[in-house]
Formats: sequence, structure tokens, C-alpha cells
Amino acid sequence: MNGAHDLGGLHGLGPIRREENEPVFHAEWERRAFALNLALGMLGRWNIDMGRFYRENRDPLDYLASSYYELWTKGLERLGIDKGLFTAEELKAGRALAARDPSLKAADVERTRQAIRAGRSAKVDTAIPARFSGGQGVRVRNAHPATHTRMPRYCRGRAGTIHIDHGVFVFPDTHAMGQGPKPQHCYSVRFTAQELWGESGNASVFVDLWDDYLEPA
Amino acid sequence: MAFRVKALERVAVDKGLVDPAALDELVETYEQRIGPRNGARVVAKAWADPQFKAWLLRDATAAIASLGYTGRQGEDMVALENTPQVHNMVVCTLCSCYPWPVLGLPPVWYKSAPYRARAVADPRGVLQELGVDLREEVEIRVWDSTAELRYLVLPERPAGTEGWSEERLAALVSRDAMIGVAKVQA
Repeated sequence: MNGAHDLGGLHGLGPIRREENEPVFHAEWERRAFALNLALGMLGRWNIDMGRFYRENRDPLDYLASSYYELWTKGLERLGIDKGLFTAEELKAGRALAARDPSLKAADVERTRQAIRAGRSAKVDTAIPARFSGGQGVRVRNAHPATHTRMPRYCRGRAGTIHIDHGVFVFPDTHAMGQGPKPQHCYSVRFTAQELWGESGNASVFVDLWDDYLEPA
Repeated sequence: MAFRVKALERVAVDKGLVDPAALDELVETYEQRIGPRNGARVVAKAWADPQFKAWLLRDATAAIASLGYTGRQGEDMVALENTPQVHNMVVCTLCSCYPWPVLGLPPVWYKSAPYRARAVADPRGVLQELGVDLREEVEIRVWDSTAELRYLVLPERPAGTEGWSEERLAALVSRDAMIGVAKVQA
């Protein structure tokens, strides 16, 4: 979707503000919002791409006005409701209004530790042929899906070269919409600053892009 | 927001969806145990041990895992070497993707709109604003983490640190240097 999250190249946002000795969290509710996102995600009712889509798929004014963990909270509330974990009424009441679902089992401390350590790679161990190879010229499709995508607007329609073939990965566009992982090659594609922004500055930008985003240049 | 999160937690606990002790464990892990000291150890080892450095640049996931740093948001790693000719820096223009096992949770400004907007379009200006002045002939490479690859910058080893122990080297390495928005000074 062409959302406010797709920030590359936007002007007017002011200087970068750094905080000296920044704490990991700035308030207790941020700690809990972070942990709830990970813990509820472990129930397996949604995947990481759905999680991102729920944070990004909102009114641009709301997106830009929300802090990071506010977005995590708002996304999680809607995900949990849509995926049947709880209802809007329950969130409003601040307590459960229906019986527990015995098929949903919270991860205990040990399983949580294991999940943190193991992670969950999106790399797929399947021999799927690559459409492109290193050094090849490609062009990003000029497409504007209203659904989830990881194709930043600043590189759409632009020409670049395949720099690294990262291997086969889950495709977020379908995965986020519940349409399966559609595994395919993901590449680091190199774009010159000249191609993207019209001036060189002796710089280039490397964007990770999947086969479905690209066409031969 | 504090009330909303409290309500969410109450409902989730009430319904048996989360174990409160597991929530505490998650907070403690990312607030106390996993942070940029991990990445600094990786960098220091790469500086001190040419074989490890070659491995890191060839297969960052395995090399980093050999030091015990694995897991969420670091499943598939790529290491980028900064040299006198090439300066790499990392951003996630779409969200907030940085490697947790080696950097810890990213500070707010890495995820902030101004950094995300400008890092790709005006990297030299951004670096200058952050105190990194690069000569015009230094090529800048900006890596936008739009997928599940997580990037770690291997900064240039500062002069005058020959023969230093890994521990002493690691103490020099900041998180900012490992996303390429700072240099390492001895």
C-alpha cells in the first residue's frame, strides 16, 4: 500500500533528533506493548508480515502522529480482534467477557526463551530457480498495490543491478494477506543515486527486492 | 496509551493467551541481556582475527552464531565492510528492521521519520549532520532493509590500536558505528 510508512525521500520532517544515553524503553507501557506483541505473535494466529501490515495500514495522519510503540499497540489491538483472540468490547472493558479457547496455549518462560534464541528465518530451503543473476540489469515494476508490499515507492520504475542473490524467501505481499508464502528469490538490488534522485553524490542505494517486483531492464 | 496497553494485557492474561512471567522474560531479555555489546564483540573479533573476518564477510549468520548471538531479527545476517574507499550505512525506510541479537532493540531515532526519509536520499548530508565528514571520493552505500536480511556494518579499525585485546577493541565500538552513522575513534 502507498502508506505513510513508506518514507524514503520525504521532505520537511526536520532534523534527526538523537537522545543521549537513550533507555531501551521510555515508559512501562512500552515494555508491556513490546512484550505483548511478541508473546501474542507466538500463538501463531498471524505472521510477521501481517503484523507489519496492521501497523502500516492506517490513516497517514495517524501513522505519522503515533510513536513507535503506539503503532505496535494499535496494530496489535486490531490484529487480535480480527484474528479472533479477543473482542473490541473486551479491550474496552479491560477484562475477558468470554471463556478461554482451549486450543490457544500461552508460551511459558522456557518456550519464550527458546523462541527468542531460535528466531524464525523467512528463508525457504527449496530449490526455486532465480529469475535473475548477479550483475544483471533489472527494473522495478511500476505497481501500486493497495495491499501489503515491501517495494518502496522511491525505487518503483527505476533501473538497477542485481548485487546479491540472498536465496529463496517468503514473499511478504502474499504472506501478509493470508495468501501463502509464495517463496521466491530475494536480491539486493543496487541503484545509483543518479537513477533514484537525479544527482550522483557518489552514492548508491541497495534495496532488498523479490523476483515478483522485478522485470529485466 | 498506558491504559490501553494495560487493558490489552489484562484481557490477554485473563484469556490465557499470555503468561505474565513470559512477558517479564521478554522485557528483561531485551532490556538487560541483548544489546550492542554483542555486536561490538563481533566487530572486535573481526578486527583481531583475519580468519573470523573473512568468515563474517562470507557467511555473517554462521560467524555471528559462533559467538552465541542468534535469534529473532537476526536470523539471516549480512556484514558490510567499511574501508577508506567505501562507507556503508543501514536504514529501514519502511519500518524498523535492525539486527536485534547484535545491536539490541534500535533507539527511537533509527526508526524515526527524519532518518528513514533522508538516509536514502541524502546520505552524505545525514552523515555530515551526525558528525561523519566523508571526502567526496568516498563512495557511500546505503542499505535499505526492506526484507528479512539484517545488516551489520563492520567499521574501519581506528589507527593506533595495533596489538589491542579484543576486549579493549570492543569497548571502542558504538552501536551507531555498526549501522554506519558513526566512525570508531581510538
